[in-house]
Amino acid sequence: MTAGPDLAAARGLLAGLPPSPAVWCSGLRKRYGRRTAVDGVSFTVGRGEVLGLLGPNGAGKTSVIKMLLGLVRPDAGEVHLLGRPGRDPRARERVGYLPELFRYQPWLTAAEVLALHVRLSGAAVPDAEQRDRLGLVGLADRTGDRVGGFSKGMQQRLGLAVALVARPELVVLDEPTSALDPLGRADVRDVVLGLREEGVAVLLNSHLIGEVERVCDRVVVLDRGRVAAAGTLGELLGRRELRLRLTGVGADAEARLAAAGRLTRSGESWTVELAGDEGTAEDTAEDTADVPGLVADLVGLGVRVHAVEPGRITLEERLLGILRGDRP
Amino acid sequence: MTARTVLTLAGLTLREAARRKVLRALAVLTLALLGLSAWGFAKLAGLESQAGALTSGEVRLVASQLLNLVMFGLSLIAALGTAFLAGPTLAGEVESGQALVLLARPVRRSAVLVGKWLGLVAFGSGYVVLAGLAQFLVVRVTVDYWPPQPVTGLALLAAQTAVLLTLGLLLATAVSPMASGVVAVGLFGATWIAGVVGGVGEALGNEGVARVGTVSRMLLPTDGLWRGAMHAFQDPSAVLAAGAEFAGFPFLSEAGLTPAYLAWSVLWVALVLGLAGTVFARRDV
Repeated sequence: MTAGPDLAAARGLLAGLPPSPAVWCSGLRKRYGRRTAVDGVSFTVGRGEVLGLLGPNGAGKTSVIKMLLGLVRPDAGEVHLLGRPGRDPRARERVGYLPELFRYQPWLTAAEVLALHVRLSGAAVPDAEQRDRLGLVGLADRTGDRVGGFSKGMQQRLGLAVALVARPELVVLDEPTSALDPLGRADVRDVVLGLREEGVAVLLNSHLIGEVERVCDRVVVLDRGRVAAAGTLGELLGRRELRLRLTGVGADAEARLAAAGRLTRSGESWTVELAGDEGTAEDTAEDTADVPGLVADLVGLGVRVHAVEPGRITLEERLLGILRGDRP
Repeated sequence: MTARTVLTLAGLTLREAARRKVLRALAVLTLALLGLSAWGFAKLAGLESQAGALTSGEVRLVASQLLNLVMFGLSLIAALGTAFLAGPTLAGEVESGQALVLLARPVRRSAVLVGKWLGLVAFGSGYVVLAGLAQFLVVRVTVDYWPPQPVTGLALLAAQTAVLLTLGLLLATAVSPMASGVVAVGLFGATWIAGVVGGVGEALGNEGVARVGTVSRMLLPTDGLWRGAMHAFQDPSAVLAAGAEFAGFPFLSEAGLTPAYLAWSVLWVALVLGLAGTVFARRDV
């Protein structure tokens, strides 16, 4: 069979298409007995994107991750990983996974655990590169030691190396810093940022909101098995605020403040929620709102201005707002 | 992909058995059994009955019985060892979380299961063959007896171990590691006892009682294979000479295995392994 012009054109069209997302899931549902753990969850993780999965305990985050990886059978819904249906084991060829409950064969050495996972993944990764991965997570001098003698934190570091060893295009990290000290957490953050630079997609489930805020491009908030909110950090944290410490505020000045945005006051502290345009995460309040104008007007109205502090609502505040607002 | 998974996991299972002190425990138990049997056989050589020294035929008969008895001990050690390995290797890994990272790799669960099964069969068979050969040598040196069909006997003993660990794997896909080991060994013992009861029934000519042994041998082929192995170990002329007074004796076997029974045993293993694969594939980990 020869490739006619039509076929060549079709191939060209296919090659020109953007690569399928790293994760695509739709309508995932899972019941355990009478309890619905996951109820219609859909989201995507683009290639090279870092997505944070947030939510309270029991929101279904780990269940969703296990369904993505074929460890738990969904009652309904579909999963595609790196363009292959999740039912096909080959979908996981370029996927690395660090589970929340991490445990590795205690009778193997760290290097042997990595070699085992390389073999199972089918990738050809030279020994030197495997050792590099152990070095990356701080286990360079423990490669020949049995895993049985490792501390919890070292096992989690080993788990991170296992997730990274087979040249993944998607890495799923479920609470990757639960057993690590602050230094280890910083290491994990650097690893995630490094992966993003290499164009590796990361799905990060973490309780540490600060961690998520620092490394994630997008966030999906799960609550009671459903997606409560999703979006880029800019979209989620669009609301900005201005904290001021003022004395001598008259009625005119208060009206001027209220005109700038929703006003809250406790003693001398005033907080104005700057309404309107939703910037990206990189923008700061000063760029878009006329803060100097507001301060000049206040001074003109006889207000004594002690402090002006523009700020953004933190992810933690936003998350609590979403989760509490969600409750009936 | 599947063959690679199977071989990798078989190798991993063998390495686990070798490194987890199972091997050392088995070696100690086996050496104890071999030592005791050597002592016993050495005494047998110089034994005199009330009627005077034992004839060579009598020695062969007693040696056959004793060899079967010791081989039963070996098969029990193999059964205990593999059943208690089969449970933890599957159910234990799921319970501890070790299975999560393995199964998240591009592997089919059935391939993981078959790999583990293959590793366990290799381990159990290797043990049975080595320990059995050592025992043959002990008997050879002490009473100058060599079983008539050593290869067939050891192969059947290895098959018995394979049957039991397949059952252990099936149980391990559904219940906890300890429970699966206990149930597998319990069923092994129950089938053996049912076989003895059936033998007594045959000796007494009671068909109902005899059927107990037949049915249990079909449900779990360990006892049937064990009887075939015994038949291969014992001296045929000595057993014939012993005659009816030994009918129903648990450590002598009157008949070898039929090809149909062997085929059923193979089918049984395939069915149970297939069932274990189906249960394991559907299981949430």
